[in-house]
Amino acid sequence: MTDDIRQRIRAIIAEQAMLEPEQVTDEATPEDLGIDSLGLVESIFAIEEEFDISIPFNANEPEKSDFDISNMGTIIAAVERLVAEKDG
Amino acid sequence: MSKTKSSGDAAGSTAALVDAGVVAPAVSPGSDLSGRGGLRRVVITGAGTINALGHDVASTMEAFREGRCGITQLDFRDVERLSIQIGAQVHDWTPETYFNRQQILLYDKFTQFTLLAAKQAVAGSGLHFEGALGLRAGVILGTAGGGLNTWDENYRAVYEEGKNRVHPFVVPKLMNNAAASHVSMEFGLRGPAFTVATACASSNHAMGLAFQMVRAGAADVMLSGGSEAMLCFGGVKAWEGLRVMSKDACRPFSANRNGMVQGEGAGVFVFEEYEHAKARGAEILAEVVGFAMSSDAQDIVMPSAQGAERAITGAIRDAGLNLDEIGYINAHGTGTAANDKTECAAVAHAFGHHADNLMMSSTKSMHGHLIGGTGAVELLACIMALRDGVIAPTIGYQEPDPECGLDVVPNEAREVKVDAVLSNAFAFGGLNAVIALRRV
Repeated sequence: MTDDIRQRIRAIIAEQAMLEPEQVTDEATPEDLGIDSLGLVESIFAIEEEFDISIPFNANEPEKSDFDISNMGTIIAAVERLVAEKDG
Repeated sequence: MSKTKSSGDAAGSTAALVDAGVVAPAVSPGSDLSGRGGLRRVVITGAGTINALGHDVASTMEAFREGRCGITQLDFRDVERLSIQIGAQVHDWTPETYFNRQQILLYDKFTQFTLLAAKQAVAGSGLHFEGALGLRAGVILGTAGGGLNTWDENYRAVYEEGKNRVHPFVVPKLMNNAAASHVSMEFGLRGPAFTVATACASSNHAMGLAFQMVRAGAADVMLSGGSEAMLCFGGVKAWEGLRVMSKDACRPFSANRNGMVQGEGAGVFVFEEYEHAKARGAEILAEVVGFAMSSDAQDIVMPSAQGAERAITGAIRDAGLNLDEIGYINAHGTGTAANDKTECAAVAHAFGHHADNLMMSSTKSMHGHLIGGTGAVELLACIMALRDGVIAPTIGYQEPDPECGLDVVPNEAREVKVDAVLSNAFAFGGLNAVIALRRV
């Protein structure tokens, strides 16, 4: 389940960043991958659509959001939590 | 001989047509082209508005003085399906008070707002457009969404409700130029008439062009401003997607700001050639003295301080003013992280040391962001500053932000006499438009 979520998110981010999925490491920040603020909003939308979840994210105060976008690892963890909440 | 006679006849008949109000004179009688570079002076002799703060200019300015907020819980169909449920909605709007049944069928809300504001402005100016003046008068308005409520209602009818027939007036109702056309018909303005759509800068672009037309002699009177009526399910849902909207309040320049809040309404002004206004003893609200536009040519949503600065300095240069003559700026001040710090950086760099002496407030904290109509309502704060010496505040201000270190007139209006002001508008798409006004 966790690996599946990770792979699906990697595929979404890789498409956004025009990279190969294996280049999207857990340590990589959106900036490292060349994803700007609009690209980030687009990626979050794609993740919401993929997992049928609603991600609390305001581009004006990303640091205050429960959805931690520091790097791919934190994004994957947050999505896992939201998917678990939905299924629970 | 016969040739001379026929040209004499032509001249004679043209004069007769001008007198009869059929043909416009090239330049109006008595107009003064001897000013700066042959350019004429342009003054504002009428103003009208409807927005969340009030249904006219007096109530809007009263709200500015009191620092009153017009942002409330939104009230329209399907609002419960939105994640953003606040906005500066026009309250107690009863179109049947102002329009008959047939007009309501033909006018989208953005046109209704425009016509109400235009009637107030024209009544205030005391102008009548019968005869030759109608040929030397026009209208340029700004809107971003045009008849968005009409799109929304009719898409709902055909997609959601499965209807296969729509009202015959859907197209004339939703088109972006509907408001400008109805204004031209209402008052008989037979000169230049069109609509400008540059997102959040639409009204400033419209008013800037109207100013240039009167200044250059292409018209003697222009009605200008703009309107927006985007507060419907589809309108707000689209904005939600960008994740730049606040769920609780509009707090421009405050460190804890968390986004913009949409508003709706209209502002319309009468721009008149100075000698024309003086000759008839009109009350002059303010003089429009400069305008500049620039394009960032950079990003579709992220603003550029350099682009904004070029429009600011361009407007001051166009006005023939010195930097230190500007006492107040009505900011674009959307309350987003990106706009407010970029705008403050642009102003600080453009004005240098004088940036510490000038005031800059965002009245969007009160009337919300009217998108294509916003510059028009914000021009009222500029007029109030020049005419009444009262600076409208930035309300909702709670925490200083080092990246927005200017005097943003926090929370309370201030009595200060100012001689010249600017109104900023910086649109998505990187399109910037700044207007300069002066006290008369």
